[in-house]
Amino acid sequence: MALEPGGILHIAHLARLHLLEDDAERYAGELSAILAFIEQMNAVDTGGVTPMAHPFEMTQPLRADIVTEQDRREEYQANAPAVRDGLYVVPKVIE
Amino acid sequence: MMWEAVVGLEIHAQLATRSKIFSGAPAAAGAEPNRQACAIDLALPGVLPVLNAEVLRMAVMFGLATNAEIASRSVFARKNYFYPDLPKGYQISQYELPVVKRGVVEIALDDGPTKRIGIARAHLEEDAGKSVHDAFPGETGVDLNRAGVPLLEIVSEPDMNSAGEAMAYMRTIHSLVRYLGICDGNMEAGSFRCDANVSVRRSGETALGTRTEIKNLNSFRFVGRAITYEIERQIETLAGNGTVVQETRLYDAVADETRAMRDKEEANDYRYFPDPDLLPVELSPEYIERIRAELPELPDVKRQRFRSEYALGENDARRLTAIREIADYFEAVANASRQPRLAANWVTGDLAAALHRANIEITHSPVGPEELATLIVRIADGTLSGKMAKEVFESVWRREGDPDSVIAKRGLVQISNPAAIEDFVDQIIAAHPEQVEQFRTGKEKVFGFFVGQVMKLTRGQANPEQVNQALRRKL
Amino acid sequence: MHTLSVSALGNALRRKEFSSVELTTHFLDRVAAYDTTLNSFITVTGDIALADAARADERRRAGEDNPLLGIPIAHKDIFCTRGVRTSCGSRMLDTFIAPYDATVVDRFRANGTVMLGKTNMDEFAMGSSNQTSWYGPVRNPWDADRVPGGSSGGSAAAVAAGLAPIATGTETGGSIRQPAALTGLTGLKPTYGRVSRFGMVAFASSLDQAGILARSAEDVALSLGAIAGHDPADSTSVDRPADDYPGALGSDLSGVRIGVVKEQFGEGLDPVVGKLVEEAIDDLERLGATILDVSLPNSALSIPVYYVVAPAEASSNLSRYEGVRFGHRAAHPVDMEDLYKRSRSEGFGDEVKRRIMIGTYVLSAGYYDAYYLKAQQVRRLICADFARAFDQVDLIVGPTSPFTAFPIGEKLDDPVAMYLCDIYTSGINLAGLPALSAPAGFARGLPVGLHLMGNHFREDLLLSVAHRYQQATDWHTRRPARFT
Repeated sequence: MALEPGGILHIAHLARLHLLEDDAERYAGELSAILAFIEQMNAVDTGGVTPMAHPFEMTQPLRADIVTEQDRREEYQANAPAVRDGLYVVPKVIE
Repeated sequence: MMWEAVVGLEIHAQLATRSKIFSGAPAAAGAEPNRQACAIDLALPGVLPVLNAEVLRMAVMFGLATNAEIASRSVFARKNYFYPDLPKGYQISQYELPVVKRGVVEIALDDGPTKRIGIARAHLEEDAGKSVHDAFPGETGVDLNRAGVPLLEIVSEPDMNSAGEAMAYMRTIHSLVRYLGICDGNMEAGSFRCDANVSVRRSGETALGTRTEIKNLNSFRFVGRAITYEIERQIETLAGNGTVVQETRLYDAVADETRAMRDKEEANDYRYFPDPDLLPVELSPEYIERIRAELPELPDVKRQRFRSEYALGENDARRLTAIREIADYFEAVANASRQPRLAANWVTGDLAAALHRANIEITHSPVGPEELATLIVRIADGTLSGKMAKEVFESVWRREGDPDSVIAKRGLVQISNPAAIEDFVDQIIAAHPEQVEQFRTGKEKVFGFFVGQVMKLTRGQANPEQVNQALRRKL
Repeated sequence: MHTLSVSALGNALRRKEFSSVELTTHFLDRVAAYDTTLNSFITVTGDIALADAARADERRRAGEDNPLLGIPIAHKDIFCTRGVRTSCGSRMLDTFIAPYDATVVDRFRANGTVMLGKTNMDEFAMGSSNQTSWYGPVRNPWDADRVPGGSSGGSAAAVAAGLAPIATGTETGGSIRQPAALTGLTGLKPTYGRVSRFGMVAFASSLDQAGILARSAEDVALSLGAIAGHDPADSTSVDRPADDYPGALGSDLSGVRIGVVKEQFGEGLDPVVGKLVEEAIDDLERLGATILDVSLPNSALSIPVYYVVAPAEASSNLSRYEGVRFGHRAAHPVDMEDLYKRSRSEGFGDEVKRRIMIGTYVLSAGYYDAYYLKAQQVRRLICADFARAFDQVDLIVGPTSPFTAFPIGEKLDDPVAMYLCDIYTSGINLAGLPALSAPAGFARGLPVGLHLMGNHFREDLLLSVAHRYQQATDWHTRRPARFT
């Protein structure tokens, strides 16, 4: 599947990446080459094969419903680019 | 032209766990911003989710209570989208393989009959955080305390045809989750909220019309009003040869209307895929049976039992079983007093009114079930008249003492001794010869005057029945 | 000191020939002297190292002893380290100070190791040459104009140059074994779930696994013992006790059936590399192993499948980097979308962006079935190939990398060529199997790796076979001339 620059811009938007027009052109070429390479898998018949999401057939372990976490807000927010009154601050979000 | 509305609800019930669905942070509401958001909730690099056992148990309880299929294997997926209150950039939710499928509940309609509403699925997911829009000018604050709080999303079939049915369904589910103890049902706090899918079609058509989704309805009344408005809007649109646009709408309670909402992501492409940090959840038949054995008695069963065991009518039985705590209270009173009819009257009458006035839950009632039972016993054994009982109830409500001590303190014992009553009656007759004359010449109305005078003389303590009889005899 | 094995260092510490503080100072001095050339460390934690060492000496004085007590270690900068920058090789996390330790770091610390610092790596572990790091490329100690492999290239270069006796690494498609091969080290990727992923910055969750780079199988065995085991904080961690890896060393090879993957000796393999690997297989046969041919018919598809599965998971795993709670944030964002897009575009390098876009694409509406689902189906076929092979043999061998270390700058403009570096290794990650690379000679002066692949949880057998091979050969004892 060859990707057009327009398609790349849509994908970049879904992934919240800012691309310049030139970048889009370049990425379209690179990604098309990668996709063409990936499409080698189409040569193999996978009719009736169950998709595999995990290396093992294990099942989800469960955690007891216990509060184990203490408040560490100050330590966690030391990494935040913008914090005020304990809130993470971002540009105005319009609903 | 006749129109038919088709309504389906997606209810989000916050599960009443101590900790979050995938982390050990507290799930309780009310903390200062971000004090209950741990590294996992904040999606810091390298953290991993581990599933809370309790949310699974609660989901299975709900499934069993709605006669649903419990999936022996369910899978958590990632729903990918960017939003400031979604720390990971994806929400963990069950998608293709939910834990509960194909359930059913029966709802009671206003005019008496019942209707079965299908539950397509109920799945587990995590809640998002909260965006605070009014804290800072020109900026939004993000509080992630709610991020990771467990939700059970209950998706109905589009089996409802009116706002009234939707409200009845929502009430039924609300009652059920509270019975099961899996959700506190607090709609103001947002722990029980719903989205409504509404479409209309011409009567007799089988294909569904284009639907709109009304988001975030957090009261029964809003559900009713929003759906009513939306049905009318769609009928008007279609009748005027317009088309209904598939979109998300918000209900504005002040204007009482729904409005199209700006989409979170214009092209909603959530790119669901199985969460590789979590493994498939497998439930054994033994596990499911163990939970079934622990299920409490459910509203429908309890209602039937109340009707047969306590000889209650359908309406009383329904009112008493809608909320588990009320049913428990009633049963305690009925069993202790052995007067189920009186117990039903008091619980649905004076007690309900008093609780409503004071805006408190029955579990916090100042008049406990034992006290109300004593009061009822005193009515039944003739100690108290109905009027006196109300007075005693008020005193007990004000915590002036238990019913017997209030009765003793106020000397409120009903006078039922026939000789004493005759004595009082004789005194009144002797004191009012004029009225006696009026009565004997046919003025029946004067009889009430005599009753009043006797009651006044006895400060209301005379047994009214006996006063009546004595007066009739003597006059 | 820097030429001694972990067990020799342990013995010397036990006999008080030197203290951990002296040993640590020696390695820190070497880092200071040589790392300006190699660029193998992103952060050197000298103060922490000396404090760790003093504590280890104290513990030893108090009577404690274990094989890693007082031994210096370098951690790949993908592992969260409390109070220390954890960059993952990215501008995005250049200022991120982890508020917790990864389970791996925690367990090493509990065993008394000394953290020298955090090693360089391909950005978010995406790369096979360590050229995608925000902190610049790492150089190969065997030839400073060449790459050390990746993504654990900093760990590989540091151990190969004697700047650390052992180092942690992580794999998603070959990121321990390939750099081990290109720098002449022994590198093990354990079974998926054998070592906890908690606190390890996620790339592709169903493939990621932590492991060890060291100078011998014995050193790897001693290190693995410290970190293998169940961790309730990682749902995918396997609840099964770890084996006694050092105790498994020393058995002979008679009766061990080793399968040679015929598909991995064809086109694309440097003939000199192929010849050295064949000689190593002959050595294994001489040592008593039974050599058989096995087939992994879908082997060639492991890279195409990998480049669907890994980017898909990565595109989602990397959504949390958006400049709200931590990490790089673009200056003066006008709105939320601007904040997201510019923060992510400035914070991520080219290769990371490429993979995020591939992953987003293969999961997007209309393409999910053709790419993601198809890849998951072929993944099962690849696993089935291994399962069939392990019905016939105990171990599988082949070359780790099709070629030796290549010049810095090469393959950067050709993503597909770069991806083919992992052609022999990535199938193992898709199947969750353990595998190691051990030095098997030199081609034109550059190290060549022998790839040993085991069945699930057979780290013990992998290490014991590699150890037996290393007892009979001396490839693993060779040191790059400039760093003796």
